Amino acid sequence: MDNAKRNALTEAAKNIRLGILKGTHSAGSGHPGGSLSIADILAYLYIEEMNIRPEDPKWEDRDRFVLSKGHTAPAYYATLAERGFFPKEELATLRKIDSRLQGHPDMKNIPGVDMTTGSLGLGISAACGMALAGKVAGKSYRVYTAVGDGESEEGQVWEAAMFAAHYKLSNLCVILDWNGLQIDGPVAEVMNPTPHDEKFRAFGWHVITIDGHDFDQIEAAFAEARSVTDKPTAIIAKTVKGKGVSFMENQVGWHGKAPNAEQYEAAVAELNA
Amino acid sequence: MEKKATREAYGAALAELGAKYNFLVLDADLAEATKTIVFKKQFPERFFDCGIAEGNMMSVAAGIATTGTPVFASTFAMFAAGRAFEQIRNSIGYPHLNVKIGATHAGITVGEDGATHQCNEDIALMRTIPGMTILNPADAVEARAIVEAALHIDGPVYMRFGRFACPIFNDAESYKLEVGKGVVLADGTDVTLVATGYMVHLALEAREMLAKEGISAAVINIHTIKPIDATLLSSYAKKTGALVTAEEHSVIGGLGAAVCETVAGECAAIIRRVGVEDKFGKSGPVPALLEEYGLTAQHIYEEAKKALELKK
Repeated sequence: MDNAKRNALTEAAKNIRLGILKGTHSAGSGHPGGSLSIADILAYLYIEEMNIRPEDPKWEDRDRFVLSKGHTAPAYYATLAERGFFPKEELATLRKIDSRLQGHPDMKNIPGVDMTTGSLGLGISAACGMALAGKVAGKSYRVYTAVGDGESEEGQVWEAAMFAAHYKLSNLCVILDWNGLQIDGPVAEVMNPTPHDEKFRAFGWHVITIDGHDFDQIEAAFAEARSVTDKPTAIIAKTVKGKGVSFMENQVGWHGKAPNAEQYEAAVAELNA
Repeated sequence: MEKKATREAYGAALAELGAKYNFLVLDADLAEATKTIVFKKQFPERFFDCGIAEGNMMSVAAGIATTGTPVFASTFAMFAAGRAFEQIRNSIGYPHLNVKIGATHAGITVGEDGATHQCNEDIALMRTIPGMTILNPADAVEARAIVEAALHIDGPVYMRFGRFACPIFNDAESYKLEVGKGVVLADGTDVTLVATGYMVHLALEAREMLAKEGISAAVINIHTIKPIDATLLSSYAKKTGALVTAEEHSVIGGLGAAVCETVAGECAAIIRRVGVEDKFGKSGPVPALLEEYGLTAQHIYEEAKKALELKK
């Protein structure tokens, strides 16, 4: 990856992180931890990877993205705003009574949101449906979905994994955000779903494990996924919950808590440093 | 009178309509029983078995629908409305997607499989989802019509079909379905029998029994449980002052409840409910089950008499 591209992605990811903080601080609630962990991957998807038209969000041949870990909507909205689907100023309306930026993604009202999600385990199945419909219709679009590591405790994730491999949905790419923490504590202690790589492989998937904050590895993984023609791909992305804001990193407490004014200022200063 | 299970009409209708409309069909390892097998044989490239994973099937259906292709998702009522309630609510209902749920083996007429498979709660569950249309056909002719009607409805539809053969009283040639409109099968002035699904032909029988005693009963077929025909129900509540509802479903949350909720705000009327009382089903031959759970013309007749007594 050349420096110009890396710099652009780094800048976009920083803006997404600032948007996450803006949204959750303004709302006084929301989920910053898992939003910050997925920010670099979302930046890459929306800036480089996906074939989309922000001016025509329902374009029928577009690549799709489903945020199966729907509670990290602040990252999704900040990414869509960064890519120009709606004005960045709107991020401050997150979760407010007259805002279209619902606590969890709502495809009916938010430009760029391809699927309504929030209840864990449902999004990956919907992504399977989109991928299947694309194959049946002879379309070449691809479908991406981000699944949480805690979310993978939901049985439906594995029903979907079975389905996608059975129907050889090579146009489907799951990104498993392996940040290691969930509400009640470390994922490994609450209900250990690992090893994800071996599980997905056993279900018949192509599996790639990467550092989810390294743009070179992210780029290589998506390129590799596109080259697989007979099975879906799972990218197991090792990430840091709260990434980019030192006092939030690897802290369970920042799963579902908004930064107060002081914390917000400190976090913004750190990102802008 | 010829008899046919509404699930048979469902499968046949999918195969027939498949030539005319572009849609996909999903099932969860019950194609032989739900009769989607008939569609599968004709259009194998548009049929996808999801295996025994109903929750995934409903969310997959939602994903398909986002691309603009309508999709039917079929399984038993118990595993659609029951097992996959939350997927139907959040993946299909909330985004108001074009998923048509074909739920077969509804109610007590499942028979020998017993309580775990006899879903008497599906109407109650589906009624609580905003924007959900609920269609419950009374015979095979109506069943065919609701499948085509479902394709013309913008949004989710829950279609309820039975396993047990029931008499075909509608005329296939002349039958016209109007979604959201109750059908006055027979007019009357003393009491109104409001029935849905399998109970409609029994309501017609009960009307004959009442007629022998000089009682004039109207019979209304409610094939659309949601949105319910409030105008028609209120007018008959006002006209006759006494209603008996009849459904092959729990008396809690189904047609009877919907009629009470609708009429209560409009006028004073006595409403008696025939349906499965607040208990689980059990194994047995269907006729014996219908008898034991009070889903008979005799029971509708008796409740009509009670309603007339209370009206005085």
